[in-house]
Amino acid sequence: MLKNKAIIRLAFFGAAIAWLILLFSEITILFSSLKGLPPDVAVWLPRVMLGVYIVCLFYYYKFRIELDDSLNFTDLLWKVFATGLITTVISLVFRLLLFLLGKTALATNLIFNDIICQINLALLVNFLVAALTSWKRLILYQKSKWLLRSWALFEVIMLVVLLNDSLGIALSQYTSLFINIAIGILVLVLSANMRWVAYLNFRQKWTSLLLLLLTFFYLAYFFYTVEKSTELINEKTQAFLDYRAQLIVLVLFWFIVIYGIFSFLVILFNLPTSSVFEQKLEEVVNFQRISQSIQTEQDEESVYNILLESSVSSVFADAAWLEITGANNDRKMFTYRVTEQESKNIVDHLEKNNIKGVLDAGSEKTKNLSKHLAAMRGSRFRSILAFPIIVKEETIGTLALLKELPEGFNKEMTRIVSAFANQAGISIENFRLMEEAFQNARYKEELKIAKTVQQSLLPNRLEEDPGFQIAAFSASADEVGGDYYDTLRINDHLVALIIADVSGKGTTAAFHMSQMKGIFHSLAQQHMDPKEFMQRANQALVYCLERRSFISASYFIIDTQEKIIRYSRAGHCPVLYLKAGEKESEFLKDKGAALGMIRSKDYCNYVETNELKYAPGDIMVLFTDGITETKDSKGEEFGNEGLAAALNEMTTATAKEIEQNIIKRLYEFSGTKNLDDDYTLMTVKFTNN
Amino acid sequence: MVSIKRLQEGGTDIIAVIGEIDASSSIELDLAIAKSVGEGFKRILVDCQALEYISSAGLGVFMSYIEELREKKIQMVLYGLKEKVANTFEILGLADLLHIRDNKSEALKLANELSV
Repeated sequence: MLKNKAIIRLAFFGAAIAWLILLFSEITILFSSLKGLPPDVAVWLPRVMLGVYIVCLFYYYKFRIELDDSLNFTDLLWKVFATGLITTVISLVFRLLLFLLGKTALATNLIFNDIICQINLALLVNFLVAALTSWKRLILYQKSKWLLRSWALFEVIMLVVLLNDSLGIALSQYTSLFINIAIGILVLVLSANMRWVAYLNFRQKWTSLLLLLLTFFYLAYFFYTVEKSTELINEKTQAFLDYRAQLIVLVLFWFIVIYGIFSFLVILFNLPTSSVFEQKLEEVVNFQRISQSIQTEQDEESVYNILLESSVSSVFADAAWLEITGANNDRKMFTYRVTEQESKNIVDHLEKNNIKGVLDAGSEKTKNLSKHLAAMRGSRFRSILAFPIIVKEETIGTLALLKELPEGFNKEMTRIVSAFANQAGISIENFRLMEEAFQNARYKEELKIAKTVQQSLLPNRLEEDPGFQIAAFSASADEVGGDYYDTLRINDHLVALIIADVSGKGTTAAFHMSQMKGIFHSLAQQHMDPKEFMQRANQALVYCLERRSFISASYFIIDTQEKIIRYSRAGHCPVLYLKAGEKESEFLKDKGAALGMIRSKDYCNYVETNELKYAPGDIMVLFTDGITETKDSKGEEFGNEGLAAALNEMTTATAKEIEQNIIKRLYEFSGTKNLDDDYTLMTVKFTNN
Repeated sequence: MVSIKRLQEGGTDIIAVIGEIDASSSIELDLAIAKSVGEGFKRILVDCQALEYISSAGLGVFMSYIEELREKKIQMVLYGLKEKVANTFEILGLADLLHIRDNKSEALKLANELSV
């Protein structure tokens, strides 16, 4: 940045020095020529200095205007205008001075006139170079490679012309004509680049026209002033810097004028259509608003509002309504300059005339229903355009646009609004997908919590007794299940066992499981008959289980003194029992409905207490249906047979070993490590004590 | 996946359940029974000949209607249960709470007897 500033200052300083040298050498030469003396300075000095002056100015404006990205098109024109204004004011001051001097000797002094003339020329050149830089930016807006090359060529030619002028090489008539024609063609080609005009809005166009007009005025003024004074001096002497001999000045001048005129005309002719361009731009912006409404954390409602607004402004509708049928069949109405009653009248009218249009939500076609509306009395609207809003191939609503003019909509408008409606549909679909994803994430989080809860409900430690060995295992799939097992010591020779399976999965299952745990811990302590335990548990659960939920459970009381098991089965998988010394185990099938199955006092008729005398070496395996329902790759179930077989081959093993064998066999059978259910096993082996 | 078809035969509603009933498809079963009850049928037969599997959620549906059917004096009879499915009903103790028969004619007979 600092470097740029330094260059700007240097260029300005260079231009000033060059011009001062130009002026003094010019005066010296003129003075000498008037006195008939050979000049003290070289005659080429003013020409060369003019060249240096132009180059310095070129760099000065290059850094001032061309490299300043903050300038827009009108700013550029403004820069040109401002430069013109300053130079003109300065020039006018001199003119005023000249006027005040009147017919005095000084006013008619040739040298004084020449000074004025040179000042004006310098001001003109300054103005031209400033304009050149601005034009360059305008021409090179949205540049192509080819355009860049053309411009580079133009700059090179100008440099050649400049050098030629400075060196004062006289060209033959044909050569200069050829050069003039070449430059003329190049200027015309470059002047055809007017893309920037399209990006001006209506106001900017007017501003630009005004600025250009004033620019022309300055140019005309300068041209007149410089031309006149040059003529004046030319009459007296040839020994001065005649701008007409400086081709570069003419090239610059004509380039500025031609491009200026082109721009002026193009802007002028573009004036009537500028609203179309602005309209298109607005459509794009509206489109973006609809599609970006998700990122800006807006809701469906705002999408509908934006849709209505954008559609109305895009087709210049006089009124519009948007009717949305929500998920629960609730209708939402968004209106613009039309009452709900009016819209209802129109819908009724169309229905009455049996017009199958988009207004009934079933149709998916966009229709221009204007001709039907023409026959409707008492309505100010004569044109209607209706569109369906489709989300996931389902029409969720209708957008209707109205105009008071007959045949007010054309194909173009239909296309635009149709695109809006589609985009709105997509946005809404995205909204819903996002909502779903959000819900899913929350559900997963809930499951995680439920799983932690479930894990914490299972006992850390099982009740130990010298009378039996006990082992338990529980594993669950990603989804939370409702398997529960627990033990509790009632007194020194009584131990209670429970295994239960809550129907359903997820948080509710975990919740019911915790209720079961509470019931077990409070009831088991009171040492009641297993049947009574089930009855009371059922009674307690009636009030908290959902309509379709139930809990299957088996409750055992092991009496190590009497060597008796008293148990009750409530809809749970029958217990697997292997008597010591026997090879085949059996399932103890007996009566019992699950808890919550019957929610009245009648439950006592569906549950019973069973008694079993056990001997040392007997093995009892409690399990949940996840074990027996495990499937292999062919879809066969592990079944009661598989479980019994896994026990039968381990008759003399300890409880822990038996459990491990069953788990091993189960995994071998399923052939996978991925669980898709809950597995719970509790193995008890009675000992001699 | 489950497919449920309803068929009326002389004032008896027959609900045919085809496929597997798990937690998600149990809703369809619930809906079918609710419709049948809502339409005022006094005899409902559930054809389970093509029912391959029923989860605890599906059993929960049958369970949830026991009270209501008793109050409204609607007779529901299930028939044609496969062994595995019947076993599931058996273990849970639902077999004692619901009327279950081997085939359609027996089921129809029972429904007619009970509704008298």
